[in-house]
Order: sequence, then C-alpha cells, then structure tokens
Amino acid sequence: MKTKRAMIVVSNDVESIRLGSNEIVQHLHESLAAYGLQEEVDVSTISDINYSNVLPLVIVYPEAVVYGPVKVADVRYLVEEHLYKGRIIPDLLAPPKQLTGQIGSLRSHKGYNPAEQRIILEHAGRIDPENIEEFIANHGYEALGKILSENTPEQTIEIIEKSGLQGRGGAGFPTGRKWRFVHSAKGSQKYVICNADESEPGTFKDRIVLEGDPHLIIEAMAIAGYAIGANEGYVYIRGEYGLAYRRMEKAVLQAKEFGFLGSNIFGTDFNFNIHLHAGAGAYVCGEETALIESLEGKRGEPRSRPPYPVTNGLWDKPTLVNNVETLANIPAIIRNGADWYKSFGTPSSPGTKVYTIMGNVNFSGVIEVPMGITLREVINIYAKGMKPGSTLKLAQTGGSSGSIIPAVLQDTPMDFESFRKAGVSLGSGALLICDQHTCIVDLVKVLLQFFRFESCGKCTPCRIGTQRTYEIVERISQGLGKLEDLDTLVELTSEMERASNCGLGQTATVPIRDMLKHFRTEVEAHIRLGVCPTGVGEFSKESEKV
Amino acid sequence: MSELAIKQDVTAIVQAAIEKHGRNREALIPILSEINHAFGHIPGNAFREVQKQIHNPGEQTYIAESQLYALASFYDMLSTKPRGRHVIKFCENAPCHVVGGKAIWNALQERLNLANGETTPDFKWTLVTTSCLGLCSVGPVLLVDDDIYGNVTPEQIPDILKNYE
Repeated sequence: MKTKRAMIVVSNDVESIRLGSNEIVQHLHESLAAYGLQEEVDVSTISDINYSNVLPLVIVYPEAVVYGPVKVADVRYLVEEHLYKGRIIPDLLAPPKQLTGQIGSLRSHKGYNPAEQRIILEHAGRIDPENIEEFIANHGYEALGKILSENTPEQTIEIIEKSGLQGRGGAGFPTGRKWRFVHSAKGSQKYVICNADESEPGTFKDRIVLEGDPHLIIEAMAIAGYAIGANEGYVYIRGEYGLAYRRMEKAVLQAKEFGFLGSNIFGTDFNFNIHLHAGAGAYVCGEETALIESLEGKRGEPRSRPPYPVTNGLWDKPTLVNNVETLANIPAIIRNGADWYKSFGTPSSPGTKVYTIMGNVNFSGVIEVPMGITLREVINIYAKGMKPGSTLKLAQTGGSSGSIIPAVLQDTPMDFESFRKAGVSLGSGALLICDQHTCIVDLVKVLLQFFRFESCGKCTPCRIGTQRTYEIVERISQGLGKLEDLDTLVELTSEMERASNCGLGQTATVPIRDMLKHFRTEVEAHIRLGVCPTGVGEFSKESEKV
Repeated sequence: MSELAIKQDVTAIVQAAIEKHGRNREALIPILSEINHAFGHIPGNAFREVQKQIHNPGEQTYIAESQLYALASFYDMLSTKPRGRHVIKFCENAPCHVVGGKAIWNALQERLNLANGETTPDFKWTLVTTSCLGLCSVGPVLLVDDDIYGNVTPEQIPDILKNYE
C-alpha cells in the first residue's frame, strides 16, 4: 500500500459551501486521480477556521500552505503545480490577515521594540525591586490603602468581578467568582496562597514578576486577604527560583517595616502576614491541591476533588489560590477601576496577557499584550519573524500540556473564548514556535518524557498512561511503530483524560491528540514508510525496510 | 571527612535547621532542603536524626523515618544518593530541545562518559536531566551547581567544564 505524503483540507463552513467548496472537493478527487496521486494524497474538510473574507480555503499539508479564495477552475492547476510539481502558487495564497484592533491602539514606546501594554510588568525592570521606596513612588501600596479606607470586602470583590479578570495560571477561571466562594465559605480562619510554583516548560513570566516587582504580589495578596477575610498568606515559590525567593524575602521584611504587613495596616483593624515557602522540585506542585499538600509538609500528591480548596484548603480551611500573574493585575484594577481594565483585550477576556516567546524566531523573550492578538502578530511583530530559512510549522502554546497549533490556525485570536472554540488551550502563555525542521513525533516524545518523569504516581491512569504512551511514541520515532499503535494511543488518551485524578494526567494527552489531529500524515510516514520526513528520527538498524 | 565527623555534622546541621524552620510538619521540606544543601544529598543517618530531634509525643508530633524518606524520594531537588562535587543539570524540555538541546546532551554524556543520573567514580561530576528552569529565552540551558549557562553550543562544553577544574 502506498503512503500518504500530503493531505488537503478544504473549508466546509456554511459560507464556503455556498461558494462551492463541495465542488472543489469533488474536483480535487478528479484531478488527483488524473495525476495518479489519489493513493498518496488525502482530502478532508474542516469548518470554522477564522478566515471570513477569503473563503473557500484549500490548505495543503504537511507544508500548511493556505490557498484562498479558491475557485473550482483553480483546482486542476493547484493539483498540478503544488502536488504534482511541488511548487507553491503565490497568486492563489490567502492574504495575511489584517492586524487585530488590539495592537492598533497600543502606545509605542521610544526605542526599537514594538508597542506593548504593560499592566502586570509595569514596574518590572524599571524600578529597583529591592527598594520599597521606588515601588511606593510608582503608586505602590496605593490600591491597598484605597481599599482599606474606602471599600468593604464585599465592594472589593465586586470590583474584581466586574473587571472580568480570569485566572492566568492556565485554566482561566473568573477570579472574582473564586474570591466570592472563599469569602462566603464558613470558617473564621482562611488563607491566601500565591501559586509561584512556575514550572510549565517554556514559561517564565512569574519569575519576572517575582524578581522584578515583588512588592506588587505582597500588595495584591493583602488586598485579597482583606476581601476574603484572611490574615495569613503563603507564597509557594518554586525551589529552583533562588533569586525570586531572596527578593520576596527582602520585600516582606521591608513591607513589615513600613507597616504594609503586620497588624493594624493603614491604621485599620486589618492584620495580614505573609510566609514564604520554597518548593523542592516537583512540577505537579503547581496543581493547587498538590501545592497545599506540599505546604503542609507532605508529598505533593493532588487531592481528590471535591471538596475544593475554596472550602477545604490549607489545614482544611477555606483557601484562595491565585497565580502570580493573576494577582499582579489586582492593584492596577483597584487603582484605575474595572472599566479601565475592560478597555484592554476582548469582551470575553479582558486585560493583558504575558507571553513568553521562544523557538525558531529572531527574538525570544517576554511580552505583555492585550488578550486577543493572534499568533501571526506575535511572530511577525514581537518575535521579529521566523529565523532566516525557517517557516512556521507549528506553535506549542501554554507549556507541555498546551495545544500544538498548526500554522493554519495562526490567525485565531489568542483569548480564552476563541481558543476554547477552536479546541485549543491558551495555558500559561508560553509560545514555542517551531519551524519545518521540527519532527512532530520527536517533539511529542520529548513532551511525554516530561510527563512520564513528572507524574506523581498517585493514580494509575496517569502513572501508567504517561509511561505507555511515551513508549509507543518512542517506538514510532525509531521507525518501529505499527498502525495499531495509533489506535492504542487514542484509547489510552481517552482513558487518561477521563480517569486521571488531576490536570497533569488529564492534559498530558493533549499533545498526542493534536499530533494525530493535525499531523497524522507525518506520523504515518514514520510507520508505513519507515522514514522521518524531517530527518530527525533516530531509526534503528532493524527497522530499515528490506 | 571521617564517618565520625559526618555524624557530628549531621547532628549539628539538623539542629540548626530545626531551630530555623521550627518543628511543625510544614517545616519538614525546608529542613530536608537544608540538609541536602549542606551535604549535596541527604545521608541515611540524617533521617534518623531529624526523626529523633522532632519526634515529640508530648506535643503530639509523630514523624516516622519512612515519612521523611517518602519526602526525599518525591522531590527532585532532594537526593538520597551521594552526588559529585559538581552537579550538572541539563534541561531536557521542549523549548530547549527545538533549539538544539539534543546535541548538547550528547556532547555532555560523551565528554563525561556518564549516563543520566550517574556520578563519576572520583565523585567529581554528577550528570542529570532536569525539567524546565524557566530560562527558555536563552536555550539550550544547563546549570553547573548554581551557575547558569545559556545559548550553549556543543563546542563550548569543554570550556564550561574547565571552569570547575
């Protein structure tokens, strides 16, 4: 049997069908047959891919070239040029999408870098993080004073609810609602925890906040404590982040000295203290119940939920767990109001997001831009394009458990709502940009190696599942895979998603699913032909086809 | 260090760590981290020493040695095996991988003649892989003790190791 070497995807949303996409599919089959390619090229359809003005689209994989609008009359030429002769047809290419309005409104700063909107990273890199006076001179602790003197806890929660702020740890849960849960939970002793166990591969946004603006977190935690009725806070800092720990330690001492922590803050009867806790190296401790277990001096194994930490958290008391980036938004929202905050980003995902960009691009680093800009904008504007000789093949968003986005989806606005609709996860904001030399099987193998290593081992689906899926993908990468392996992968991933106790096992499957969804041709090439199209795979001798 | 010296050391270090972090259950991980920092790993008799010094039925603190071992074996930064004087940690995650991490890892293994997790017979080097260190904008990244090396190429490996001769 012949190997599939390419796949053609035709858009088949309502508009495309009206414009003749069904005829295009039919003509594709005919033209492919005319060139004897029907065995080598798959034709498939897809809907809702976010191009509205250039439908119908024809997308050719593995290169992920997007043609549009394509007319029935173009089909034969397209097959001849692209699939038979292997040449891309510039005239038929879909034009790059317009910039989203998000970027157009940004103020540009002096200098070389493109415009950003900095709320979370407003002070980072601009003030001396070890000097509380510089923080105070930049509106520091103003929001805490405002809340304590002008607002009730109830009003504070209302402001956060109204701002529409969503958790920036990856899940995007509405922050105000979480605060309200803890606020209304029964019990006199409550806790605020700042989740600074940032270990999602490719993510270093929280480190920059902790190292560059530690007082911002102290202020935000005190505000949160006032709102939910807690007077103890914990910052769980990743063990590897030594500098962040030392900066936070110093900041806590200074804040106590200045009376922003301790008893009777701002002359009110509000008391608040912060304790620091260094992790000892375990990715799973970023999961909030595992983090709580670890804080209590146990192995960081996630608890079964419900009950959730909002009612039964640290020492079984109601506990608010917020990510560093989430908290970093709070003081600015209090100072400027919910409406100001909602003027950034999209209606369903207000505010800004910190992204860490890396991979085969010209600039890697950290940016803060409004929610809803597209991957194409990030790559072309902020990352200053792909490296010379590189073309975008895929991007991996949100660390290891994030989605693998093929080049064709690069125009999806990056906000919680649009990503959910496209079946993609925004995750922690890591953007790993990969070029045509990246082998999908090899990449997924590396991701699974991570999960297999970091699985805490408490529940079977995750412990065994991450191991078995790794073994299968490793076999495929060595040219020893069988087609049945792909069915086994599908079966295992669905079991892991349904039966794993926490997010680690439930999302470890995302890369596998995305690999099979977007890059099946490439995976099958490893199996059927025993070749790695990108030349990355390490094929063992015995796998060489006779 | 003679065995007696280590033993006295363990007692003193455990005592200092407990004084600093307290005797509550939540202090266990910080205490073990201090011991690990002092010796490069947690010697077997340190578990007994922590258990002895913390265990206090009068105040209802019951800690078993096995519980301490369970912690040390769970957390990646704690080691129950002796390690070399210099520990090389290599980031094996995707962001470093796609910018050429594999070549660095091969060069390291070849140069030191070590596989993942192994220590040289003279206890000079230990080579381990680690999960993301949050330094992805300068990948591939490796850590020698507390020193960070970014944008590493295979050719630089001998020079980096020379710094620790």
